[in-house]
Amino acid sequence: MTGPDPQVDARWEPICPFEVLEVERGATALAHGHAVAIFRTHDDAVFALGNHDPFAGASVLARGIVGTRGDIPFVASPMHKHAFDLRTGQCLDDDDVHVPSYDVRVVAGIVEVGPRRVVA
Amino acid sequence: MSTRKSLVVIGNGMVGHRFVQAAIERGLTETFDITVVGEEPRPAYDRVALTSFFDVGAEQLSFLPSGAYDDPRVRLVLDVPVAAIDRDTKSIALGTGEVVSYDIAVLATGAAPFVPPVPGKDLDNVFVYRTIEDLEAIREASGTARAGAVIGGGLLGLEAANALHQLGIETHVVEMAPRLMAVQVDDAGGATLKRHIESLGLSVHTGVMTERIEGTDTVTGLRFQDHDAALPVDLVVFSAGIRPRDQLARDCGLDVAERGGVLVDEKLRTSDPAIHAIGECAAVAGRMYGLVAPGYQMAEIVADTLVNEASAAVFEGADMSTKLKLLGVDVASFGDAFATTEGALELVFADAVAGVYKKLVVSSEGDRLLGGILVGDASAYGVLRPMVSSGMALPDNPEELILPAAREGGAARIGMPDEAVVCSCNNISKGSICDTIDAEGCADLPCVKACTRAGTVCGSCVPIVKNLLAERLEAAGKTVSKGICEHFDLTRQELFDVIAVHGFQRFDDIVTAHGRGRGCDVCKPAVASILASQFNGHVLDRTTANLQDTNDAYLANIQRNGTYSVVPRIPGGEITADKLIVIGEVARDFDLYTKITGGQRIDLLGARVEQLPQIWRRLVDAGFESGHAYGKSLRTVKSCVGSSWCRFGVQDSVQMAIDLELRYRGLRSPHKLKGGVSGCARECAEARGKDFGVIATEKGWNLYVCGNGGAIPAHAQLLASDLTGAELVRYLDRFLMYYIRTADRLQRTSTWLGTIDGGLDRVREIVVEDTLGLGAELEAEMARHVDSYFDEWKGTLEDEEKLSRFVSFVNAPDVPDPSISFGTSRGQISPAVAGGPVSLGTSIPVGAPAAAEVGAR
Ligand code: SRM
Ligand SMILES: Cc1cc2nc3c(=O)[nH]c(=O)nc-3n(C[C@H](O)[C@H](O)[C@H](O)COP(=O)(O)OP(=O)(O)OC[C@H]3O[C@@H](n4cnc5c(N)ncnc54)[C@H](O)[C@@H]3O)c2cc1C
Ligand code: SF4
Ligand code: FES
Repeated sequence: MTGPDPQVDARWEPICPFEVLEVERGATALAHGHAVAIFRTHDDAVFALGNHDPFAGASVLARGIVGTRGDIPFVASPMHKHAFDLRTGQCLDDDDVHVPSYDVRVVAGIVEVGPRRVVA
Repeated sequence: MSTRKSLVVIGNGMVGHRFVQAAIERGLTETFDITVVGEEPRPAYDRVALTSFFDVGAEQLSFLPSGAYDDPRVRLVLDVPVAAIDRDTKSIALGTGEVVSYDIAVLATGAAPFVPPVPGKDLDNVFVYRTIEDLEAIREASGTARAGAVIGGGLLGLEAANALHQLGIETHVVEMAPRLMAVQVDDAGGATLKRHIESLGLSVHTGVMTERIEGTDTVTGLRFQDHDAALPVDLVVFSAGIRPRDQLARDCGLDVAERGGVLVDEKLRTSDPAIHAIGECAAVAGRMYGLVAPGYQMAEIVADTLVNEASAAVFEGADMSTKLKLLGVDVASFGDAFATTEGALELVFADAVAGVYKKLVVSSEGDRLLGGILVGDASAYGVLRPMVSSGMALPDNPEELILPAAREGGAARIGMPDEAVVCSCNNISKGSICDTIDAEGCADLPCVKACTRAGTVCGSCVPIVKNLLAERLEAAGKTVSKGICEHFDLTRQELFDVIAVHGFQRFDDIVTAHGRGRGCDVCKPAVASILASQFNGHVLDRTTANLQDTNDAYLANIQRNGTYSVVPRIPGGEITADKLIVIGEVARDFDLYTKITGGQRIDLLGARVEQLPQIWRRLVDAGFESGHAYGKSLRTVKSCVGSSWCRFGVQDSVQMAIDLELRYRGLRSPHKLKGGVSGCARECAEARGKDFGVIATEKGWNLYVCGNGGAIPAHAQLLASDLTGAELVRYLDRFLMYYIRTADRLQRTSTWLGTIDGGLDRVREIVVEDTLGLGAELEAEMARHVDSYFDEWKGTLEDEEKLSRFVSFVNAPDVPDPSISFGTSRGQISPAVAGGPVSLGTSIPVGAPAAAEVGAR
């Protein structure tokens, strides 16, 4: 692997090599002290959401099925199938519900989770 | 002084509740403050479905689970009776002493069961059947009672008998009239009904007068006139009719009808114009209506009139048609069932063997349907009832309507006029349903139900509503997509064929060639299941792993707190002591909750993802394999001990159950599959409640198919009898493969059977008689499945790549997910109620590959 970067940015937490992520499946990671669900879609884009399904009250989102609704990439919670937009964490079945979403990027083949996005 | 007026509603039953809802919807609360006073301890509930209280509980029946109307101008006072109405001061006095004045009062006090003055009626264990409290008391008493009698063989009496029967006590129905349901059916219909009910193990006594109930403190028996011996029962339920609750009205001097009930005019006004009466307490022009639909009509009319005095809405009598399912027997009676119209003719179809009796009453010219009676098969009710109310012309061969082949599907095709009432519970016509579908753009049944209310009470009109929806959508040029989801326009069966024909093995190829988008939680598992049925690869193979539902993806069933359950296969329910000990040891070592399932095996619950491989390693080493409790696949083949031990057994049912379970284990199918094998006709394995059931005979085996427990129970039907073991397996192979090929996604065999043109006979032609010549092909497909079976858990344990998924966190595989915690209940673990997401803080070391070094700008 690459050596240490002189300017480590504490807000970005490295998680795992990109290849470890399977296409259209989630992986659960610990980032910033939280369970975070990381997804890789068919076009190799990477997304990160809070892992906690607010409907079921359980930490499970990473274990849902990934697909599309219209043009929106989404994950269906494995518990009761509520759909969440991978890009924003917005629940597609209930306007009032969303889960946290995180900035995420791949640097030198490593997936990194950044700060939790602030919703406007 | 407030300018707002006061409206009081006395009674919070079904009709009073409907009135309040209508009042809120129509904006009556803009001018009125509404006070609703109800004597029962809970808000209005679905009394029509009262009997299901034992199955679903009070919560499910409630119309107001939140306990309050969501309009602040409505006050609901419960558990308090109205004691008196003072018409001079225009006020009511509550049982608590509180006085509420009114500008308008609405009486909705319903009716009370009639208890005839039989000696002994005040003994302990004598009940009526009207409220949830009544049912709670009956259930409690049934714990110690052995036998019970229901006095009254009418509609409600049979419901009550059904309840006693389900509570497991010996049940007698006692009826004074010479037949059951004397009001609704004729002698022949009553006799058919009686045979049905007796075949279920209830005793029916018609034409007997109860003289007295015997007993000192509690009931010990029933004595009939002109009978010597008493009927030994220790519980009695009166269901001898109802009487309107009109006492409040009598006490304040309102006019009442000769036979009881608050006398009202067609606008539901009592003799005091400030007071209305609706529902079962009201007698419109002297007549009382003991059904909910007329009551709802009354509620709407009063709401309309109060909003707009000029409203033309009047009550013009009601359709007293009834359809119900009593003890699994369909009974319907509608229109002029007794042919009292001048010159009326009767057409009768009776099949004593099948227990079906159907009668149509038609006009003297034979061109209009006037009424009818259906016993044993009321599937035609949905079509026939609107034909009566709309007065439409009968088709040329009206007998077609009651011959066995007539099915719901043909229903809407017989052109129905717009005025025809489709949903009689809510009095909604075909025209208004169609208009609403067009206006609201309804695209599915739930939407139509929500927008029109049709189908929301007894549900008997739902098949017609569905047909109307399909018709409207087609007329609007919207193709009613039969596709399984937005990504495919194909049905599951079409997808199955496409995959078979092209030999596709990857979802990506299928969705690119025949669909759009990237799939979803509906089509992905469906495709995974089809691929598994056809190729029987490992569900966690790279190409299919990401298509699986979480249960298949982790080869275990997810539980409410995100943990999983472990269910090893125990074929036929037979297990050695050594193996039982292994299960016990595993459960103890991993601290799992242990329970015997309804499928004759053992469930270990509460395993974390990362524990699953360790648990299964222990189980596989001891010779266990996956029980596929997580898959849409064969679950269990339940057995009884059969001839190996039981003194009645005529074949070795355990061996057969084990053979069948091992043959079909791992078979992926549209929905789960269950089987059962009983060693004799006593049927201790409940085989006829399964998708396939086998019952031993002196000569071999009888094969039954398409049974179901669960939400819509159905008895499996006889496909073939006295088979040898080899014949049995051959027919089962064909049957199962035919189902797998043609069923819709998540369609159990019993619902699938309902969709097959020709029904069971068609299945028999294909499976037994092999008229399509498909037999060999279906058998070959099954042989391929059997030959390629392997244990999924063993396969997973041998494959590092597959195992790598069983971690709590990719970057901290051994840190248990802190959001999972357990309490203790009855001496075992139980999931603790989770709050929000749990933060671990930063103190837990996170071991990502080269984590510390890799940074970023
Ligand atoms: C464990 C068990 C209850 C128990 O404690 O006894 C059970 C548990 C579940 N049942 Fe069941 N059923 C269990 C026996 C039954 C039975 C009885 C039987 O098999 O003899 C029935 C009625 C018979 C039938 O299926 O016809 C039954 C009818 C259902 C249904 C309704 C199916 C239907 O056609 O109406 C569902 C819902 C579904 O599958 O869609 C269901 C669904 C479920 C699920 C899978 C719900 C879920 O998705 O989480 C439960 C989780 C299982 C798990 O292990 O976590 N379960 N379930 C039983 C496991 C039997 C086994 O050894 O495999
Ligand atoms: C087991 C069973 C099955 C049925 N099946 C069917 C069916 O299949 N189809 C059908 O159409 N109908 C059926 N019915 C009849 C249906 O339930 C009634 O027609 C309907 O409930 C009548 O509504 P209601 O509001 O007039 O009376 P209720 O629902 O009885 O409501 C009256 C309410 O007023 C309260 N009350 C009475 N006096 C006072 C007072 N002084 N102060 C305060 N509150 C008072 C009562 O406690 C009660 O809660 C069935 C009834 C039963 C019991
Ligand atoms: S079904 Fe027959 S053979 Fe089997 S246990 Fe019951 S009585 Fe015995
Ligand atoms: S007829 Fe009862 S719900 Fe429509």
